Amino acid sequence: MTLDFFIQNFINAMQWGSFLALIAVGYTLVYGVLLLINFAHGDIFMVGAYTGYFIGTFLTNNFEIKLPFDLPSWVVIPLTIVATMFITALVGVAIERIAYRPLRNRGAHRLYLVITALMFGLLLEYGNLALLGASDRQFPNLFDKIIYSIGGITVTNIKIYVILLSFLIMGILWWIVQKTRWGMAMRAISYDRLAVPLMGISVDQIILFTFVLGSSMAALAGIMYGTAFPILRFNMGMLVGWQAFIAAVVGGIGSIRGAMVGGYILGFTQIFVAAFLPSTYRDLIAFVVLLLILAIKPTGLFGVPRRTKV
Amino acid sequence: MKRFGMPTLIGISFLFCIVPSWLGWFSNYIQFIITLIGINIILTVSLNLINGYMGEFSVGHAAFMGVGAYTSSLLTVYLLTENPFFGKAILPEELSILIFPISLLIGGVAAALFSLLIAIPSFRTRGDYLAIVTLAVNFIFKSAIENIDAIGGPRGFMGMGKVVKAMDNLVSFPWLIFWTFLVVVFSIFIIRNFVNSTMGKSIVAIRDDEIASELMTVNTRWLKIVAFMLSCGLAGVAGGLHAHTVTFINPSSYFILQSTYILVMVYLGGMGSLSGSVISAIVFTILLELLRPLDVWRWVATPLLLIILMLFRPTGIMGSRELLDVFPKLKKYFSSLQERLTNAFIKS
Repeated sequence: MTLDFFIQNFINAMQWGSFLALIAVGYTLVYGVLLLINFAHGDIFMVGAYTGYFIGTFLTNNFEIKLPFDLPSWVVIPLTIVATMFITALVGVAIERIAYRPLRNRGAHRLYLVITALMFGLLLEYGNLALLGASDRQFPNLFDKIIYSIGGITVTNIKIYVILLSFLIMGILWWIVQKTRWGMAMRAISYDRLAVPLMGISVDQIILFTFVLGSSMAALAGIMYGTAFPILRFNMGMLVGWQAFIAAVVGGIGSIRGAMVGGYILGFTQIFVAAFLPSTYRDLIAFVVLLLILAIKPTGLFGVPRRTKV
Repeated sequence: MKRFGMPTLIGISFLFCIVPSWLGWFSNYIQFIITLIGINIILTVSLNLINGYMGEFSVGHAAFMGVGAYTSSLLTVYLLTENPFFGKAILPEELSILIFPISLLIGGVAAALFSLLIAIPSFRTRGDYLAIVTLAVNFIFKSAIENIDAIGGPRGFMGMGKVVKAMDNLVSFPWLIFWTFLVVVFSIFIIRNFVNSTMGKSIVAIRDDEIASELMTVNTRWLKIVAFMLSCGLAGVAGGLHAHTVTFINPSSYFILQSTYILVMVYLGGMGSLSGSVISAIVFTILLELLRPLDVWRWVATPLLLIILMLFRPTGIMGSRELLDVFPKLKKYFSSLQERLTNAFIKS
């Protein structure tokens, strides 16, 4: 194995790991606060990618409805990102308000919430299929692709943006959770759910905030995914989402640092397996590795065993 | 009810399912649906043992179904038919009636052994650990089968239709419905007795409070493994039946979507209710068939209906009750029937 080959795959793995990590963070946030496996989250990522597609094509004047003027790309890119994050966050919050909160208030069993989440995932996925059809969509070109070649390594500017942006976003997220009052409230809920309302904190508001955070992360991942792999498909949420969920668990579900590390571990295993073996072995080996990690450390890499009081 | 209800129910459903199919009153389509309902009942009832009674959360039931499906169909196709995968048949076709149930059984055993492999590491901790492991197992199963080119890989495996035809040629009888029926009765019977036994009571105790039950000398880890193996073994048998019913299987037929359907049926019926599981399997299968004219919108309508159901009835159709708890009159009727019959028996 030459060094060039290694670095090339390293960069690819960083990019793929970034997507997985960003989605995994959404799973972990909701799980940490609510103890709910939000199976709809993968499909929220899909909603993000499609919303980004529609807003992007509209703003770059490729949609059926035309703007009377062309927008410069330094306006288009931030506008697309912000609008997509906003709409996707609305979808996430809507699911919380329509389904999870009423069920929670009725004191339904935790697993019924999980099943409702599964149903919402299917609803979003097949709703998309029914409304938009089974044909693939081409994500609009937001950036001009520039290819740098250094020695035998080729790097596109998109890859660099994706990696840098996801590090930045995860840094901001870490700051929100660790340093702000809202983040403190989130951690408090996962620490002791009953004591939090007694301290004058509105649990429902914090949960809404959690969903906003998680869904906008998924939206961002969706846009970046669309820019990097411009083909959108209705079942992309399921394919990528389930993998991100497993990544979140390997890192230790409920821990944000763990979700990031888990995402990168899964990304690296998949890319490097595909580099050395036929790519059909990718999932097989990646998931066997993850199961081995879990068998050795059942709480995940950064998870803390949950103590039960007797 | 305890003594006469079950045999009556079995007899009635036998009359309504098998006899008309035998006499040719039911079209092939209706026979197919009846078999599918039976398979879904087995899957739902068996998953209810893990997710309902034991309170664990397994999301990979389809993988075990797939193990059973591949094992039993490989066996029957290898032994009984001439096919592009293995060449000439080894045994004469006349043995198909005998080989078919044996291969179902072997499929179930294979699924149970496979589940043991997963159960040993998974039950060290509680919580949602099993969910992740079974989810990963779903991916691993699909990926593994896709990489074995000798049995078709991602293109799938077929030839089970010939086996079914061979059985039908030998003795004209709806064999598939018959075996499905037998397995349904067997699995409901065995799970009902399991749940009502001391072991079953311990399993419910594990769900309610694992630490307390351990203090009461329940061997929690061993019991969990036993229940998991039983459940997955039944799923394997159901998979074998499914493979011979649809006559074409590929790795993606036993992937997350199938697992999701089984999960939905369990929670629709209610955690820890066997009659709920049976009702929801019947309702769900028929609902999917009735919505067929909606085409793609069927997959939108079904989850939507289920979400609405969950919002209005967050415990599923039956909650954790059985049919007789809901209709106490039925219980009274059956017990008085039993009394009268016993009295008549004593008098004579």
